[in-house]
This record gives sequence, structure tokens and C-alpha cells, in this order.
Amino acid sequence: MAEFALPKHSKIVKGIDYPLKGDSQNTKKINVYRWSPDDDENPRIDSYTIDLDQCGPMVLDALIKIKQEIDSSLTFRRSCREGICGSCSMNIDGTNTLACLKSIDDVKGDINIYPLPHMEVIKDLVPDLSKAYEQLTSVKPWLQSKSDPEKGKSRKQSPKEREKIDGLWECVLCFSCSTSCPSYWWNGDKYLGPAVLLQAYRWIADSRDENTEQRLEELEDSFKLYRCHTIMNCTKTCPKGLNPAKAIGEIKKLQLERK
Amino acid sequence: MSRQRPLSPHLQIYKPQITSMLSILHRATGIALSIGSVILVLWIVALTLGENTYLIYSNLINNWFGKLIIFGFTFALFYHLSNGIRHLFWDAGYGYDLKHAYISGLAVIISSLLLTSMTWLIVYLRIV
Repeated sequence: MAEFALPKHSKIVKGIDYPLKGDSQNTKKINVYRWSPDDDENPRIDSYTIDLDQCGPMVLDALIKIKQEIDSSLTFRRSCREGICGSCSMNIDGTNTLACLKSIDDVKGDINIYPLPHMEVIKDLVPDLSKAYEQLTSVKPWLQSKSDPEKGKSRKQSPKEREKIDGLWECVLCFSCSTSCPSYWWNGDKYLGPAVLLQAYRWIADSRDENTEQRLEELEDSFKLYRCHTIMNCTKTCPKGLNPAKAIGEIKKLQLERK
Repeated sequence: MSRQRPLSPHLQIYKPQITSMLSILHRATGIALSIGSVILVLWIVALTLGENTYLIYSNLINNWFGKLIIFGFTFALFYHLSNGIRHLFWDAGYGYDLKHAYISGLAVIISSLLLTSMTWLIVYLRIV
């Protein structure tokens, strides 16, 4: 049964307010979810007011600025700062996205930042993704084949066949989509979620893969696949503009065809 | 790990989306329909039990509150029906891009409101 309320130890309390040091007309208040494993406190919201004239354009720039200038204990994942590594996924202004692709100007009023929803928090904005990675491993996201490619050559694929994995290979595995999905919130232990199902379909749709039947067989499960109720929060939130809901729909269609 | 990790907030902070709101309405109307069908069946049962029981049951429903419930039931029926058809299109592989999901969602809302008001217009004007 779905647990709609937060457990007692996860309830959020009021945190520390860091007003702007110095003078500026162009400021923004940024409210950030904070939790540390090193004390006995509940999660809290700290507020930082920053000078936008002295800050880069993206929400990630603001977070880095806060970490460098105001509070070095603020913890978040980041790497490429250009939407290709998928590290800085978090909930900004109520929806999941990559902090490096989200413009500060796109948010009206204060910017509220939380970790990816309904995940165990390791620290501050860093969620524990190990369960999600385990689920990814379970769909064997690599090329499987019985035959060998032509000697000394790579496996051939026509431009038409190659087109079929467009909109799939671009996924950076940030798990914004999976953690936007209410179905994944309530059944994340058994339902694979949009990110992993899109990866599964990426290999089902790949003409070079020879294990399609086996892949479909393993997904034919009322929980793994069919907890998707086409809510479409995944497609709405994907920071790369991909369509996990459609990928899942294609898998469901293939399941029907093979019966 | 020194102590139990908290669960990050979800329903509490996620911005309501057209996508998820229409979906939750589909489930809500589904539940309303299953409860509503009991009211409907009891009505028929009352009818089979004779004139007196039927009158008692009719009086129970024939007031503003009872009518509101039946009105809600009608809306639930048409919303669930329209959105069910939308789901059939998805199952057939159509309408997955966001633009079309919005258009079909809007169509579902308009058609369920239209069908509901038409039904009650027919009832009130005693057209049939």
C-alpha cells in the first residue's frame, strides 16, 4: 500500500536563513533541502539569498556559488555542467531536471530545490541510486548476440535500423523521469520505472541485438512493466526531451504482438 | 551509515502536472463508479421489492444531495469513458508525444463536461 505521508524522521523542519552579504538589486532566494547523516536532526530547508549579477545563468551555477561562498558543507552531485553526464538531477521548482540545464531566470520567485523525490537521501541533494542501478543491471543494458560479426568488421546496421534507436540512446540516466513517476514512488521496489524501461527498449529496438525475445519475456511481468499507467510525468519532466512513456508503450505493444 | 536515511519529499513538493492530474482523476472516477454502481443496483433492488420500498429509496435520492451524487456519478461515468478511449489510443501506440497528450487530455475534459450537461439537460427538459 502506498504511503502518502513522509515518515517521522523525514519530516522537514525550518532551517537557517543566510541573508545577502553586501548590496544588490538583482537577488534571488534559493531554498535548499539539507540533511546530514552526522547529527540527529531532521531534514531542513536552508535559505540562501545570492547576488545574481555575480552568478552564472544556471541553477547549478547558483549551487556552486553557495558552496564556494556561503556554505561549503552543501552537498550535491555534478560533473560536466552541460547536460551530458546526468549527475546533477534534482527537483527544482517542483519538477525534476538537471540543475545545469535549468536557467535561474525560468523560475519565478524563490527557487526551491529538493533531492529527486521518494528516494533515500545520503546527504543534502544526493539520493541513493543503488536500487535504480540494480534495476538497470537487471535488463542487461548491453549488446547480446549469438552470432559473430564479419571478421575484422563491426556489426552492420542500415541507416533505417539505426534511426530506430534515436530518442533512446541520448538518455543520460539521470533518473529524473523514474523519480517523477507516482507509480515508481509507490512500487519502486518491483516496478522498473521509466528510465530503466527506456533502456530496456533501447536494446529491444537495436537491430544488432539478437536477444529480443528473451528481453521481452523477462519484462512480461505485472509489476516490472505493467505498473506503467501512462501518467506521462516522465515525458513531461525529461531534461533531454526524450519520451520514456512512448518507449514503454512500444514494449507493451510488442508484448501483445508476440502472444 | 550512522543512522536511518530520510525519504525525500514527493507528493508534498511535486508540482501538479496536467499529465498526473488527469491520471489521478481517472482513478478517482473509477473508484466513484464502483461505489456509484452499488447505489444504482440498490435502486433496481428496491424496484423489485415493490412500490413501497421503491418510493422510500426514490425519496432518499430525490433531493439536492442525492441529485448531486448522481450528477457526480454521471460526470465520473463520462470522464472514465472518454479517458478510457484515450487509453485505448495509447495502447495502440498513438498520442504519446506531449503535445498530443495535452490535446487528447483537453478533449477528454470537454467531452465529459459536454456529455454530462447534455444528459442532465435531457433529464430536466424531459426530452426523452
